[in-house]
Amino acid sequence: MTVRDYDDVPGTYVLDSRTYRKGYHLNMMLMSLNAADSRAKFAADEAGYLADYQLTDAQRDAVLERRYLDMLKLGANVYYAFKLVSHDRQPPQVMYGKMAQPEMSFEEFQQMMISGGRPIDGNRRIGETKGDGNNG
Amino acid sequence: MAKLIAGMGTSHVPGVGAAMDNGKTGEAYWQPLFEGFKPLREWHKNNVPDVNIVVFNDHATSYSLDNYSTFTIGVGDHFRPADEGWGRRQVPDVEGHPELAWHITESLMAEEFDMAVAASVDLDHGLTVPLSIAYDQPEKWPTAVIPLIVNVIQHPLPTAMRCYKLGQAIGRAIASFPEDISVGIWGTGGLSHQLGGERAGVVNPEFDKAFLDNLTQNPIANAEIPHTDFIREAGAEGIEMIMWNVMRGALNDDVKEIYRFYHIPVSATAYGAIILENS
Repeated sequence: MTVRDYDDVPGTYVLDSRTYRKGYHLNMMLMSLNAADSRAKFAADEAGYLADYQLTDAQRDAVLERRYLDMLKLGANVYYAFKLVSHDRQPPQVMYGKMAQPEMSFEEFQQMMISGGRPIDGNRRIGETKGDGNNG
Repeated sequence: MAKLIAGMGTSHVPGVGAAMDNGKTGEAYWQPLFEGFKPLREWHKNNVPDVNIVVFNDHATSYSLDNYSTFTIGVGDHFRPADEGWGRRQVPDVEGHPELAWHITESLMAEEFDMAVAASVDLDHGLTVPLSIAYDQPEKWPTAVIPLIVNVIQHPLPTAMRCYKLGQAIGRAIASFPEDISVGIWGTGGLSHQLGGERAGVVNPEFDKAFLDNLTQNPIANAEIPHTDFIREAGAEGIEMIMWNVMRGALNDDVKEIYRFYHIPVSATAYGAIILENS
């Protein structure tokens, strides 16, 4: 598959043609939760609801178990995943914390942001150590 | 003739709308943000144009992997807030301005910007939150609104330069509209933030400050930023900042910075706002 010049940005999932194809059914399932009647059906029988979409077993299990980082690895985009955390009536920081590594609770993620957020230094390139980055 | 009076840039974090809709703006977490809105709202109170063009992106609400256009202009006369997963925001519907929207569309097409045209599209937080930031909680919005939707999610995206040039063409279109109306243009989204992945929560105040500084003095520098630099330096979702280039492109070369506000955090985002008046 085509290499992109952002592939060396650590912990980052871009919705490009590779993700698009891998995550198509997963993302469309997530987006279906925009509709109130779909949310009600999903809430009543999650596994039954997911069976109507052509998900891989791994994608299905990641959704059922709310493993958000695994969902991204399996092609979900964060804006689509947002629909699931909204369905669960949880603040998005719950999802962000579950994606973050090391994983964080809502409170831990919230506190990291209040303290100024995750620093960019050390997080620009895979293998970069703090202070390597150029700011240009 | 129509006159473009000013541009605003603002983040459009959905949590800001939720805080207002649920009466939480007095809480300690939100207090500094809403304090920072005060001068901005004061300016808006004294500078209400007939129409605002709001440049924003849809977030898997009305557009999806099934159907996505790069630049879409709303030509309808009425738009509703969208249900993006937690019910429609209880904010006023949006009145469009079909005459100006069609004029801009025709002008852009003649300049080889091939626009998608939407009459009916539900509007998500990308548009309704900036309205709430500017106008608080009125019974109806004080201006007509032309939604201008940019794809900043599903790559390939338009370049930062293309966004700037689109803005320049919008500026020319406004200037050639024969009615005597006043117009504002808003660029929304950003500033640095990354929501997804192991790096979630990354922000970059230095990058944001340079971008805000360049908006006034050196907008071409912002237009020349490659996508990968946005992703690397400002986060995968920070690339929304290219929509501010549309706003800036529409304004005169010489603008005056009226107000700037920057605050970390709003949810996982570095919040930024700026008001630029045409000189």
